[in-house]
Amino acid sequence: MSALSLFIDTFFRPDLIERYWLSIVHAMVVTVELAVCIIVTGIALGIGLALLRACGVRIVNFFIVVFSDVNRALPPLVLILLAYFGLPSFGINLPSFAVLWIVLSLVLAAFSEEIFWAGILSIRKGQWDAARSTGLSFAQALLLVVFPQALRLTVPPLTNRTIVIIKNTALGSIIGVPEILNVASTAESFVGNITPLTLGAIAYLILFAPVTVFGRWLETRFAWKRA
Amino acid sequence: MGRLQRHDSVEDGPSASSAGTARDSAAGILTVRSLCKSFGGIQILKNIDLSVFPQELVFIIGPSGSGKSTFLRCLNRLEEPDSGSIFIDGIDLLSPKTNINLMRRHIGMVFQAFNLYPHMTALGNVTLALRHVLKRDRATAETIAIKALDQVGLKEKAKAYPAELSGGQQQRVAIARAIALEPKIMLFDEPTSALDPSLVNSVLAVMRDLRHLGMTMVVVSHEMRFARDAADRIIFMQNGRIEEEGTPDFMFGSQAGVHTRAFLSQINV
Repeated sequence: MSALSLFIDTFFRPDLIERYWLSIVHAMVVTVELAVCIIVTGIALGIGLALLRACGVRIVNFFIVVFSDVNRALPPLVLILLAYFGLPSFGINLPSFAVLWIVLSLVLAAFSEEIFWAGILSIRKGQWDAARSTGLSFAQALLLVVFPQALRLTVPPLTNRTIVIIKNTALGSIIGVPEILNVASTAESFVGNITPLTLGAIAYLILFAPVTVFGRWLETRFAWKRA
Repeated sequence: MGRLQRHDSVEDGPSASSAGTARDSAAGILTVRSLCKSFGGIQILKNIDLSVFPQELVFIIGPSGSGKSTFLRCLNRLEEPDSGSIFIDGIDLLSPKTNINLMRRHIGMVFQAFNLYPHMTALGNVTLALRHVLKRDRATAETIAIKALDQVGLKEKAKAYPAELSGGQQQRVAIARAIALEPKIMLFDEPTSALDPSLVNSVLAVMRDLRHLGMTMVVVSHEMRFARDAADRIIFMQNGRIEEEGTPDFMFGSQAGVHTRAFLSQINV
């Protein structure tokens, strides 16, 4: 057997590609659904927490910092297992999809809150002065003047962090979410060949390559020359 | 042609006097009494008293660290004074009953660093408070804003972003942003200090126009020639106190006090 045919037989067996590509596509749909859900709730919660933190209420900020630090410090897998196996003891039986969605949303919220907060802090005080001096309230100055500028600064770190966290949807394979890695590795152990995992890898590339390109486009789109 | 709408013609928008605060009719448009302000145990302002009368241009000079900017920033409560009182057109600015956001539209402020909003066009910068503080609809706000931009000679730059404007143009947009709200008084915090010397005159010209239209102004600046030409009164501040005040002729003349003359001789007028 030549090296080439060994390579193909290991990673790209045509009959297995034909047998499993459709289930990988179905798994991609699950991963995309998860990703969209996580991005929407995670970033919305992150923005909300950062704006809340900007209000400067000490006791509130203490809890925000604790929330953020805990969720950033723990490996997401630990949180997923704690939630999946721990919550039923309290009578809360969530489907594995929901557990993954909630846990990764909280992790993304924790990271994105820090990113948005850093963005808000980096806006010069003069912007607040100007906005407040024209009679805008604190909330108006924050929402109309400071936060839109902070948002532009956060695009690169936020894109990177979002990709990292969305890739953690692969952890769903541990708790039985039928996402890409789960389907691919189940098939792999069933047929004893790596080809389904190759399909899974290709699926991840198809999903995430456009996201990185989109992030780069956003960066240039949102860049404005500094005065 | 863009004319400044005088505040005494039409009084529209919510008036802060309705908040039930005491009127002080005997005073000028701005009356400050015994104003004190400390930062971290260091007293920056020590019992400042000042009255500014309608249409007056008061110029504040003094060495850096003398409290000029802090004083100006107390006048619209960007800094919170520790004690004393500030009345704007008879309304107690420091009273808890006074709605400071509604009062601030009557107190225009122009900053050394311009502080334009970089994510908005010149027009967006000027309309923001018109729309969100005075609650004008977009069309009305834009009409007012174009008028204000015209007044500073930048009508044709309405669609430009701050980064596309020179420093002088940015500062004029910042002035338009303030005057569009029809303030009763304008505060200028070193408006030309960050500008190229070649751009200073365009900003001073706009300030002269404002003065001719009868705007009451308090200016902190080192532009001594402008002070001599345009000011009604010059205040010399040192170590958090008003050391001396008088007409430009007096303050720049040989009768001025020893501290004033020492300061002026240092900066080579």
